[in-house]
Amino acid sequence: MSDSTTLPNGWQLVVGLEVHVELATKTKMFSASTNRFGDEPNTNIDPVTLGLPGALPVLNKHAVELAMRIGLALNCKVQPCTFHRKNYFYPDLPKAYQITQYDHPLNVDGFLMLPGDVRIGIERAHLEEDTGKSTHFGGSSGRIHGSDYSLLDYNRAGVPLVEIVSRPDIRTSEQARQYVAELRAILLAVGASDAKMEEGSMRCDVNVSVHKAGTPFGTRCEIKNVNSIRSVGRAIDYEARRQVDLIESGGTVRQETRHWDDATGRTETLRTKEDADDYRYFLEPDLVPLVPEQSWIDQVRAELPVLPARRRNALAELCGVDKDGESAFVVVERGQDEYVVEVINCGGDPRRSVIYVQQAFAEQGPKPKVPARDLAALTILERDAKVTSTQAKTLLTDLIEAGGGDVVAMAAKRGFEALDTGALEAMVDAAIAAEPGAWQKYCAGEEKALGALVGAIMKSSKGKADGKAVTAILQSKRKK
Amino acid sequence: MHKLVEIVAGITSGSTTATAVVEEHLARIKAREGEIHAFNLVTAEQARKDAAKIDEDVKAGKVVGALAGVPIALKDNMCTRGVETTCSSKILQGWKPPYDATVVTKLRNAGAVIVGKTNLDEFAMGSSTENSAFGPTKNPLDISRVPGGSSGGSAAAVSAGFVAASLGSDTGGSIRQPAALCGVVGVKPTYGTVSRYGLVAFASSLDQVGPFTSDVRDAATLLEVISGHDPMDSTSIPQPAASLVSVLDQGVKGMRIGRVTDLPEGCEPDVLERLEAAFDAMRNAGATIVDVKLPSLQYCLTAYYLIAPAEASSNLARYDGVRYGNRVDSADLNAMYAATRESGFGEEVKRRIMLGTYALSAGYFDAYYGKALKVRRLISDDFARAYQDVDVILTPTSPSTAFKFGSKTDNPLAMYLCDVFTIPTNLAGHPAMSVPFGVGSDSMPIGIQVLATTMGEQTMFKVAAELERAS
Amino acid sequence: MSESISKETVVKVSRLARLSLTPEQAEKMTSQLAGMLEHFRDIDALDLSDVEPMTQPYPLKNVMREDVEAESLDRQEVLDQAPAAESGRFRVPPTIGFDV
Repeated sequence: MSDSTTLPNGWQLVVGLEVHVELATKTKMFSASTNRFGDEPNTNIDPVTLGLPGALPVLNKHAVELAMRIGLALNCKVQPCTFHRKNYFYPDLPKAYQITQYDHPLNVDGFLMLPGDVRIGIERAHLEEDTGKSTHFGGSSGRIHGSDYSLLDYNRAGVPLVEIVSRPDIRTSEQARQYVAELRAILLAVGASDAKMEEGSMRCDVNVSVHKAGTPFGTRCEIKNVNSIRSVGRAIDYEARRQVDLIESGGTVRQETRHWDDATGRTETLRTKEDADDYRYFLEPDLVPLVPEQSWIDQVRAELPVLPARRRNALAELCGVDKDGESAFVVVERGQDEYVVEVINCGGDPRRSVIYVQQAFAEQGPKPKVPARDLAALTILERDAKVTSTQAKTLLTDLIEAGGGDVVAMAAKRGFEALDTGALEAMVDAAIAAEPGAWQKYCAGEEKALGALVGAIMKSSKGKADGKAVTAILQSKRKK
Repeated sequence: MHKLVEIVAGITSGSTTATAVVEEHLARIKAREGEIHAFNLVTAEQARKDAAKIDEDVKAGKVVGALAGVPIALKDNMCTRGVETTCSSKILQGWKPPYDATVVTKLRNAGAVIVGKTNLDEFAMGSSTENSAFGPTKNPLDISRVPGGSSGGSAAAVSAGFVAASLGSDTGGSIRQPAALCGVVGVKPTYGTVSRYGLVAFASSLDQVGPFTSDVRDAATLLEVISGHDPMDSTSIPQPAASLVSVLDQGVKGMRIGRVTDLPEGCEPDVLERLEAAFDAMRNAGATIVDVKLPSLQYCLTAYYLIAPAEASSNLARYDGVRYGNRVDSADLNAMYAATRESGFGEEVKRRIMLGTYALSAGYFDAYYGKALKVRRLISDDFARAYQDVDVILTPTSPSTAFKFGSKTDNPLAMYLCDVFTIPTNLAGHPAMSVPFGVGSDSMPIGIQVLATTMGEQTMFKVAAELERAS
Repeated sequence: MSESISKETVVKVSRLARLSLTPEQAEKMTSQLAGMLEHFRDIDALDLSDVEPMTQPYPLKNVMREDVEAESLDRQEVLDQAPAAESGRFRVPPTIGFDV
């Protein structure tokens, strides 16, 4: 895997990610108001949501179940846990404290595997409640400074969240992006969240520091407002560079929270540690400990679906492709791996099956319309060189448009037939005879000359020669 | 003074009507409320409507509730939908909750007639009702003296005959102490047996709602109605309410009554004399007196005055002028918070918020709040040991009779000492009640406190009933 | 818990609690809090090293509710009680120096 973050002078990157995930429950974490994105402002409210005098929280059992699914899917230990109050003043925080988990969180000590068998530790995944939403008016940039007033909508206040905190095991921005993508895939697979970064149901805060090998980790900065997987990478690359430049010019990195501006591609200071509130955490007296019974944990674990990584591994093994490669990733992400297995069970060529689906089935969803046996038949045609790969691509499009069909008949209708090996050999010999110069260059090691030979053969065959087969024949002839 | 039980019997039998009862009480309010100021708000019109409805139902032969037609007052820190709930604070003046507290719903369902919201020390912080932002309540037995606090208005309302019963809240003694000072019965139930949903929180792990009545039977009746599991309160004990009225005549023969040998000093001699008389009465009724030690008792005040303000500082942070209550408009948010809270909160509230914030803050947590939680464990363990040897414990409720206005307001610590006998039970979560037992040499009432262990209400009421018979 | 509380600490704590104190109020608050904290030093005499903190009076656990929706409060009833409201939302002055 290429290292996407290249820092000069031996500087190394250390990244940890904190991801907040809104859970797909019907109601809020501590009250029975509806949990739904996009409703009219302040139409999903109750005394607890608004922090009215006298309101009391009651824990949502389904939120706990979803949080356990997340923890178990991330290989965490699920443990007895408690709730704490995190006290600070902000208008989107209706009680002026957030109920969260502090020293005894629900899930601890897990991990997530990235491509290339890179293991990222998960420190914890705990339950907490979301805040309301402020919209600011008057300021020109839409951010706060200089604006005239703010309006508050508490529909989101109290929505159940799980905060997933990674260990600082991430070393490149590419790994960070992979982490977020894989986490998202897991969340979707277990049904815990719709994890839409663009809607805010999944939010990433990125912690970045730099150091040189053999020295302690550097001071880290937290970056907020990173709203897409792409921004995760860009923000890390920018921030790492900023820190290196700062240190190399004699400055020191201040521990602070910075704001990522996607438009300018820069991070800016938001607040420093000195401005930080003392949160005065203490055990939430209005709630009681959560001690999930072992039988409940076991049941949740047993009901977990096969996770994306295992599905990719299984598919890759079956089809002979790279488990960390794009075809395995894309096909599983679309939920089409089961379909591919079906195709193979109908006799389809494994490798071709997965590649066809990867390349052509983007619009199809988990249950493609093309019957598995029809796709299988097409893969066999190409494997047996009855059609060229170019012809096969055309037939694939036809198959999808028609929603299935008899590929042999379709090939005949189009007048497709691939030239067999004997005919191809003859064409290759003829081309070598016709272009002796190109052949000599190729034999001498000039790979570029190959293209000229192949091109000439393709042209004279009027598309009936399979380009790959021709190339293979030329290559083996050269060896002799 | 009409008793709650008599009123219900009269109304259901037809010998009187709810309307007649409510008019009688409203007339007493009219006569003396100006002088006493037990209420922040009298809801006469609605009370008359509710009474009329009860009478209609009785006439139609419908089944009416266990509190049908009983005029009741609520401490003004319990949410009543559409009816102003102020906690006697300027910051909530004019605020009308959009929901009812669970105990309010229970009272309504039982047919009670809510007559008004009573005065309290602001946000329930105080022992004399002098901390109310709307002026103090006077003790109906001597208007130069305090009624106690923080539920001074609720105690006075029963003492003055304005209502047959009232509800208060007790965090460190705020029901029992005013009950003792006003000569009425006041009960703090086991923590978790009465729902806190809709009770404006002061200290979440200590607050409980409880009744004020003129006698023990009425208290048992009312407590049965408001007790019980509430799914809206996570700290609500899942068991159903205990039957209390049924045990009242069982007496105390063979029971072991605890006498605390290391009681804190500072009790007036009159009060100690009444305590001795109480023990005599128990002996005469066939109980044995057993000495018990509660070594951690002397540290309870400290533990309480670190835990309660700490929780309060967090519970009162929501009063920020954003969503409800009064706001002082300002150019920016932080200025608005500060100005709103500065003008909205009284001195005692600010003092406790400061103390609590400090006790929780980084660097001080272990030394203060952390330690206080451990002292809490110690007192709980002390009680557990004691209750192996005794069934109940008797102590004075208050170290003195009702004191004069202004006599303790200069020194917060002196005021805090009023709660020295009541605080331990809040820390332990145990039930306790105050029963009037004679008067002092100043003719002011003295209350004896009956303490029992967790869910020991039946035992506690048996003893209380016996005390009342002997008083 | 050995030193008494200083005026600087009192001012810092008042900021945390969003209570603005005038210099005179800060002065008075400092001496009152110092007096109380002095009194509270009595618990320093106790050996609490083996004592478990007690946060809950009654030992409950696993209190949860089913994921069933209930009707929202009426928005108008709530906003009628708000100090300032506009387009269905609560209105507040701008926040200088905070984040989005």
